[in-house]
Amino acid sequence: MNHFPEFASRIAPLLVNDIDTDQIIPARFLKVTDKAGLGASLFADWRFQPDGSPKAEFVLNQPQHRGAGILLAGNNFGCGSSREHAPWALVGYGFRAVISTSFADIFKNNALKNALLPITVDTSVHRKLSELVLNEPSVELSVDLESQTFRMPDGGTVRFPIDGFAKSCLLNGTDDLGYLLRFEKQIEEYETMRFGSGV
Amino acid sequence: MTKPLTLFEKVWNAHVVAQEPEQPAILYVDLHLLHEVTSPQAFSGLRARNLKVRRRENSFATIDHSIPTTSPNITGGDQLAARQMEQLENNCRDFGIRLYGVNSPQRGIVHVIGPELGLTQPGMTIVCGDSHTSTHGAFGALAFGIGTSEVEHVLATQCLLQRKPKTFQVRVEGTLKTGVTAKDIILALLSRIGIGGGTGHVFEYTGSTIRALSMEERMTICNMSIEGGARAGMIAPDETTFQYIAGKEFAPKGASWLVHLNRWRSLPTDAGAVYDSSVTIDANALTPMITYGTNPGMGISVTEPVPDPAHVVDSLDRSALEKSLRYMALKPGEKLIGKRIDVVFIGSCTNSRISDLRLAASVINGRKVAPNVRALVVPGSQAVKRQAEAEGLDRIFKQAGAEWRESGCSMCIAMNGDQLEPGQYAVSTSNRNFEGRQGKGGRTFLASPLTAAAAAVTGTITDVRTLLND
Repeated sequence: MNHFPEFASRIAPLLVNDIDTDQIIPARFLKVTDKAGLGASLFADWRFQPDGSPKAEFVLNQPQHRGAGILLAGNNFGCGSSREHAPWALVGYGFRAVISTSFADIFKNNALKNALLPITVDTSVHRKLSELVLNEPSVELSVDLESQTFRMPDGGTVRFPIDGFAKSCLLNGTDDLGYLLRFEKQIEEYETMRFGSGV
Repeated sequence: MTKPLTLFEKVWNAHVVAQEPEQPAILYVDLHLLHEVTSPQAFSGLRARNLKVRRRENSFATIDHSIPTTSPNITGGDQLAARQMEQLENNCRDFGIRLYGVNSPQRGIVHVIGPELGLTQPGMTIVCGDSHTSTHGAFGALAFGIGTSEVEHVLATQCLLQRKPKTFQVRVEGTLKTGVTAKDIILALLSRIGIGGGTGHVFEYTGSTIRALSMEERMTICNMSIEGGARAGMIAPDETTFQYIAGKEFAPKGASWLVHLNRWRSLPTDAGAVYDSSVTIDANALTPMITYGTNPGMGISVTEPVPDPAHVVDSLDRSALEKSLRYMALKPGEKLIGKRIDVVFIGSCTNSRISDLRLAASVINGRKVAPNVRALVVPGSQAVKRQAEAEGLDRIFKQAGAEWRESGCSMCIAMNGDQLEPGQYAVSTSNRNFEGRQGKGGRTFLASPLTAAAAAVTGTITDVRTLLND
């Protein structure tokens, strides 16, 4: 069974470089003890006025982009802190993929552990997608993890790189911890080698 | 002949437990540091799977991010934060992890107390659910920040799945001029390579300038490796490192010390080892640095004018700079010297150690905090606080009109009530000037403790060299 089937979705363009995790989810929302509910605070300071009302000009508040499952962002997306609350907030809001020319390392790791696809494209594809969505906001992209491609509305496909291990986890519905736990014996041997038998 | 290896490769190789073809390495973690903000969901995950902590003696926890610095009383303020702190106490008790809690005389910012207690040692792998874990690389450890899922993995298995990063040599040569500090070295590096320049890499800082730095200065530099996109930054251990560690609570003692010392001396990068990238910085040419924008790569010499977006070719880069200047309410070409500021924050895991406080006090001593400025001095740990008080630094700060606080992350991340008001300008010794980082709508200039102290007494952005008389 494919746990990450192909999906099609509209795109929300947030064409800003170096979007840091403090913008994705400001620190004052990190005082939670579970993962749920953070979508309401996604991009809080860009999305809401001080009185809590939406800022009309922010992309997620524009009717044509409401409900988009793909975020198109500038380069180095997710830089800054290691907070996994960033992908929790993006997923909680309804995003399933972020497309950028590059991602910060920790964010990318965290995203993949939460079924949020960090899709890296080159600058020419990025430019094409930006023009596409700015001209035609209702355009949908179809993303298929198994073939590592997304289909453009003109029928062309773009292949994207993804870590092979993360891909198989997402497709099979498994996770790192399940994999790690299978190495109990090797971990024990390593510890014995390093620290002795411990008795 | 064996292949010459870098410091990073030696530490990495010594910690690979297993690796299947095409799969990430299973990397063993020697030291796992925890705090209240990024751990609750990891412990919930353990409970859900009915798992134990594999090796309790490798994990240490403290409370730093949301703890009030006005008094150590956690129940008086923010109820959400208090609940989160209580949850860490409960989790540590239930899973048998040592906690330097609210009332511990050894508590403090996680990246300050690790080295202080002697937990941080050369050649170790060190992780924490905090991106500034890179700080510990100053000891020749491979130390990096992880997400909460990974915190759970380490608790359960003492291991992480990792792809091997590339190496990036940052060579710093020459002698720092008066008024120029470790913070200025790292801000200069970031302004040169940008905040994504080290992505996918581990920095190794080398060269005569780095060798001449104290451990605390080295920590300041490694701390901000993540601001260059590198998850880790390392410095080869040397006599300075060993002297710092010797005698600390968790440092090896007696015969074990000699065994460790022997191993640590084999860690520095071999002659002829190759890095994937490298950059050289001329320390002789460095001046006090300050940021003008909304990421730590947007830095200039304090005497330089604010850059003009009109000179930026790439459209997204240009709009990023325009957006930054709009947020900061700065004009292209504007001089920062003389710019009136509202707050000075001296603290954070970057610059809250005793040597940082001594530097700040050396400028503030005999002067007054300007009437338009609120100055906060927040020691990195309770031990730093006691040391500063023993040296009379607290009196210097208080007599000048600065606030002298309990330890914690405080206004660096603004989770504990210490925060900027919308529109305020702060000169801050912390590590991030992202929009709203120090409080919603707040505007941050990152700088060294010397430059921050100079701003505190003049009320404006100042070239600290004009206040130093030697």
